[in-house]
Amino acid sequence: MTGGATRALEQVGSFSILVARSAREAVRRRPEGAVVLDQLYHLGVLSVGIATITALFTGMVLAIQTSYSLAAYGAKFFVGDIVSLSIVRELGPVLTALMVGGRVGAGITAEVGTMNVTEQIDAIRALASSPIRKLVVPKVIAIVIMLPVLVVLSDFVGIMGGFLMAVTSLNQPGAFYMQHVIKAIHPEDILSGLGKTVVFALLIAFIACYKGLTATGGADGVGRATTETVVASSLSILISDFFLTKLFLAF
Amino acid sequence: MDAPFVRFEEVYKSFGPKKVLQGVTFDIRPGETMVVLGGSGSGKSVLLRHIIGLHRPDRGRVLVEGEDIVPHDEDELVHVRKKIGMLFQGGALFDSMNVADNVGYGLREHTDLDAEAIAAKVREKLAMVELSGVEHLMPSELSGGMRKRVALARSIAMEPRGILYDEPTTGLDPVTAGTINDLMRSMQSRLHVTSVVVTHDIDSALYVGDRIAFLFEGRMLFVGTVEEAKRSPEPELQKFLSGGGRVHRGA
Repeated sequence: MTGGATRALEQVGSFSILVARSAREAVRRRPEGAVVLDQLYHLGVLSVGIATITALFTGMVLAIQTSYSLAAYGAKFFVGDIVSLSIVRELGPVLTALMVGGRVGAGITAEVGTMNVTEQIDAIRALASSPIRKLVVPKVIAIVIMLPVLVVLSDFVGIMGGFLMAVTSLNQPGAFYMQHVIKAIHPEDILSGLGKTVVFALLIAFIACYKGLTATGGADGVGRATTETVVASSLSILISDFFLTKLFLAF
Repeated sequence: MDAPFVRFEEVYKSFGPKKVLQGVTFDIRPGETMVVLGGSGSGKSVLLRHIIGLHRPDRGRVLVEGEDIVPHDEDELVHVRKKIGMLFQGGALFDSMNVADNVGYGLREHTDLDAEAIAAKVREKLAMVELSGVEHLMPSELSGGMRKRVALARSIAMEPRGILYDEPTTGLDPVTAGTINDLMRSMQSRLHVTSVVVTHDIDSALYVGDRIAFLFEGRMLFVGTVEEAKRSPEPELQKFLSGGGRVHRGA
């Protein structure tokens, strides 16, 4: 029991050191533009597909479900309000973070973990360079830039999914749905969603890099670390979402 | 006599409950090839990694050209790592880069040389390990022996004063192992470096070594010339030497 507690504390400690060192490296030496660009493409642009598909179907399902529930109260004209607010404040950021986090986090841990167990991380150190500067910092920057972009895109696609359902199966005029959407969303709704997203992005990037850098024991260990990344980043997104929601509502 | 290139003073290192080094003291003289012999799990690779600060001892001092490197952080180790190259057991080539980028890694990181000058240096170092026209190949396209040679070219690219070899002949067929042994000797005579070779390959040890250090269960049981090693009354060393010889004669 005490062994487990010590190990957990050690992990929190070394995770914090990784975050602190990355912050220091990021400000001390300008990250290499070409490497960041490459990561933006691999982690961001290649995630557009799963982010938009997730958002489209979420928006469509949400429109059908809310219309069904609201019909009982004769309030199904508010589908646009509910769909857009749910997506912009909550589902856009969280579902995009979960999906992209799974894809990107697993990829990072597998890559960094393989480099670790084949001594490539040590080779970077032996060549008097820094694995944190070369590997961690560009990935963190890329995810922090791309995840909010993906969330904005998801918000838009999600609302459009709702639009599609409103027009095709709920017999609402498109302009009517859009009027409700525009009236319902305020800038602070979008900002609170994006605020959360930045925190999710940091969690995904650092958990994935940390699990990769601490992976041991060959292919088996890398596989385990990759699974742990997906579980840990998903849980941390859902748990931090609760506290962030409370925090943003307090303002 | 010259000050030692590397000095270990009462070095202890454990990983959890496993005691790996238990009070190791010995010197590596400038310009010599020191072979650290020992069985699997004797702690010899861990010992080697202490020389450039990839591991930090729990107790004791490691001096490189008179400088105690144990208190150094990663930044302060940069100048130590620049003057000592390391060949990792599996080569530890960067999978994502081609041969030229692997060999030129240190030059891009630490010098202001332009692309053309780096390409020339890369060609020169590859020629030293008897390779040419392989610059564009990826590590996955190379054979085991070629990977080692490219890795050796990478470790000498910065023109270090010392080279560390971690099990350089392990996993290679006898002919390729012989080529690597010849290369180690040619590096020694052409570059006038200090070499530290960690191995359990007796033939390789006797061929390349000026002196032998015998590590057994984390303790240094013998340090001396090859001739002294053969005459040493140390039973564990004799067992090791004759065991290796028998395998060789049988082959």
